[in-house]
Amino acid sequence: MTHKNSSLVVSDVLAVNNLSVAFGHRTVVKDVSFSIEKGKTFALVGESGSGKSVTALSVLQLLPDDASYPNGSIELDGTDVMAGSKKVMQALRGNSASMIFQEPMTSLNPLHTIEKQLSEVLFLHQGLNKKSTKLRCIELLELVAISDPKAKLAAYPHELSGGQRQRVMIAMALANEPELLIADEPTTALDVTVQLQILNLLKSLQAKLGMAILLITHDLNIVKHFADDVAVMQEGKLVESGSVVDIFSNAQHDYTKSLLNAEPESVVTKQVRTKPLLVVNDFRVWFPLKKGLLQRTFDHVKAVDGVSLELYQGETLGIVGESGSGKSTLVQGLLRLIKSEGDIFYNDCNLQNLNLTQMREHRQSLQIVFQDPYGSLSPRMSVQQIISEGLEVQGKHDDKEILQAVKQSLKDVGLPDDAIQRYPHQFSGGQRQRIAIARALVLKPKVLILDEPTSALDRTVQKQILALLQDLQQRYQLSYIFITHDLSVVRAVSHRVLVLKSGKIVEQGSTEEIFTAPKHAYTQNLLEAATFASRN
Amino acid sequence: MGWVTTWQRIKHNPMNQNRWQTFKNHKRGYWSLWLFSSLFFISLFAEIIANDKPLLVQYDQGYYFPIWQDYSELTFGGELDIPADYRDEYIQEIILDKGEIWWPLIPFSYDTFNYDLTEPAPSMPTLQNLLGTDDQSRDVFARLIYGFRISVLFALTLTFFSSIIGIAVGAIQGYFGGRIDLFGQRFIEIWSGLPMLFLLIILASLVQPNFWWLLGIMLLFSWMALVDVVRAEFLRGRNLEYVRAAKALGQSHRAIMFKHILPNAMVATMTFLPFIFTGALTTLTSLDFLGFGLEAGSPSLGELIKQGKNNLHAPWLGITAFISMAIMLVLLVFIGEAARDAFDPRKDCQ
Repeated sequence: MTHKNSSLVVSDVLAVNNLSVAFGHRTVVKDVSFSIEKGKTFALVGESGSGKSVTALSVLQLLPDDASYPNGSIELDGTDVMAGSKKVMQALRGNSASMIFQEPMTSLNPLHTIEKQLSEVLFLHQGLNKKSTKLRCIELLELVAISDPKAKLAAYPHELSGGQRQRVMIAMALANEPELLIADEPTTALDVTVQLQILNLLKSLQAKLGMAILLITHDLNIVKHFADDVAVMQEGKLVESGSVVDIFSNAQHDYTKSLLNAEPESVVTKQVRTKPLLVVNDFRVWFPLKKGLLQRTFDHVKAVDGVSLELYQGETLGIVGESGSGKSTLVQGLLRLIKSEGDIFYNDCNLQNLNLTQMREHRQSLQIVFQDPYGSLSPRMSVQQIISEGLEVQGKHDDKEILQAVKQSLKDVGLPDDAIQRYPHQFSGGQRQRIAIARALVLKPKVLILDEPTSALDRTVQKQILALLQDLQQRYQLSYIFITHDLSVVRAVSHRVLVLKSGKIVEQGSTEEIFTAPKHAYTQNLLEAATFASRN
Repeated sequence: MGWVTTWQRIKHNPMNQNRWQTFKNHKRGYWSLWLFSSLFFISLFAEIIANDKPLLVQYDQGYYFPIWQDYSELTFGGELDIPADYRDEYIQEIILDKGEIWWPLIPFSYDTFNYDLTEPAPSMPTLQNLLGTDDQSRDVFARLIYGFRISVLFALTLTFFSSIIGIAVGAIQGYFGGRIDLFGQRFIEIWSGLPMLFLLIILASLVQPNFWWLLGIMLLFSWMALVDVVRAEFLRGRNLEYVRAAKALGQSHRAIMFKHILPNAMVATMTFLPFIFTGALTTLTSLDFLGFGLEAGSPSLGELIKQGKNNLHAPWLGITAFISMAIMLVLLVFIGEAARDAFDPRKDCQ
């Protein structure tokens, strides 16, 4: 193993000068300059579409062919990247700088074992023989703290958890001990507890190997705790940069300030409790596991197991849990979109005993808004068709009346009248989510189930949507069941919180109780990870 | 919702307008569509273009339309009470005596025997028989027009019915999944193993296959072409969030399938249609060529090819059949290409 010759004293691993990147005539990165010192973590912050990923990809020249660079230069480890031939770039990639991506599910090839994918990097760049490759693979897996690395070598990606996959990705990126590690939203797809582990791992690896990290993220909380320097990007421009301490205590630019203030504020209002609107007893969603020729059921996956809850009018009940805890399954079961057992009393009427036609009448009282504003609207229907569909199902056929209701609900969610004839793809993510809310709202529901309604949105947009939801709740006395993995959101909107783990409720209580004095160890863990409390 | 409003909706959807634009930009395909549709439209009026009865007869102050109505010889002062044979010189004489005859462009129908040939059939192209006659002294051009019409009509009907059945079966399998899907797929696997050609041969010895018999038998097998793509789209579509949202609105299964998922599946379907159409055309032609197709005497391109093969000394038969088939298939392939490009999902993303 040959270590790189570090006699060349360059304190900056990466220097980007006046970089512009254009796709066709559209310039998406404009005059961006920054540099990263050896062994430091530099965070590039911005909302989606601000050009941060494009900047990072251009460092490794990984952008598609239609990208052009009108001006600027990038110097990586003393080499001019722009002037480099394909061969030079291939040598740089993985050696001087390597990259980890957001989605650990898709960045690994599902058809190859971990060993094969790891050793590919080693073969390519170091030309090791078989035996030493295997040893090095184990060494790398130990480095990223994967338990039982020998056994994991033969594993396929689907056999590993999301966190473990991201660790493998990191191991691959570190295989050649690069000077610079580019981490593009490395923890966005992960649960908070896993996120904390991965970030801590990166930190310790940095201390051990002395590499610089270019961290791309939209999460300022991560920046605050893990980065040394930060640069804020807006619409392709670098609006502000400096040390993390400076920026966080004394932001100059308006945009930075708005980002810093985009943490959801508490918008909870007082509510009067009367009779519960929705009562759920011993609710179960079990998926049978079958085997053998006759498909006999031999066991169940208990996605939701014995959950009981109640919801009052005008109240927001937050449901918190990591991925796979059964949050979404629970609410889909409540709406009878999937088969379930247990009682669901809505206004003293047990929904579980209704047939499809009877259920249809109750559907207008119980509505749902989904997470993905891009997936939850049919791309082939105009906004009017999308919103009016529910009314037509409920048997309203007076065109004038329907149009009136559609317009009213568009007004309620703060969209202009002329949105009515447009199609979903003409709207931004936040506006789409408003359309999805309008679709539910037009039926005048009593209970609105919000399944991660803000997770796919930028922080500032998220704040607007939360304010809108709050406003609607007051105006129409709506009850919300608010599902999220984001604890700061839950804290801002819910009256009561229910913590779900593996389909079971581990703790429930008022928001204040849960956040200030969590009783269950799992809740404590979750809170710690979310606020990075353990680091301080 | 009425058909008109549905059509309006489809027409005004920007995505569809985009596709139509892409189709139009595909010059070759666009012109092929025009040419093919015009040819087909013209061939729909084959009776007016090529017929052995006059378009209009003026006789003794009265007007007669022999194409639409049979007249007795007595009407024109003949001697027998039989339908008038306008190609008979005697009838022509007595009509022209007191009036006028207007003939179609080609004064032969597909089954008219031309008894006035100066050489033995099949005869060379002449001014009277533009593409010559076949071995039963019938005008090739007339047969070509009628044959083209019946081929296209057959292919259209077959494509229409097989897509309706295919889409319905694929939709039900994909949407409901589970056991229905499992049994459906196994059935299709077994069914597609049946040899269609042998079935047709056996049938041809039992009944005299006509247009509808052939259509029915070919339909038994051709519906499977679309099932797989539609099923795949529905399997994917049923888990989309907007489909779940529609379920939460209380929308019925049928409405969800029609309004929400089917439009997605239509992209794949529309891309396939021109090729299914081409396939149906070729199948009919080859059956006719083998002699298991339409009843004897029907105008058909396959039969023309067979005659060309049997009468190599009369090259106008084979050449006519070859050129007309080639033009037809090439036009269809161009249309199919343009449709495929127009519905290319990668174009939608831009």
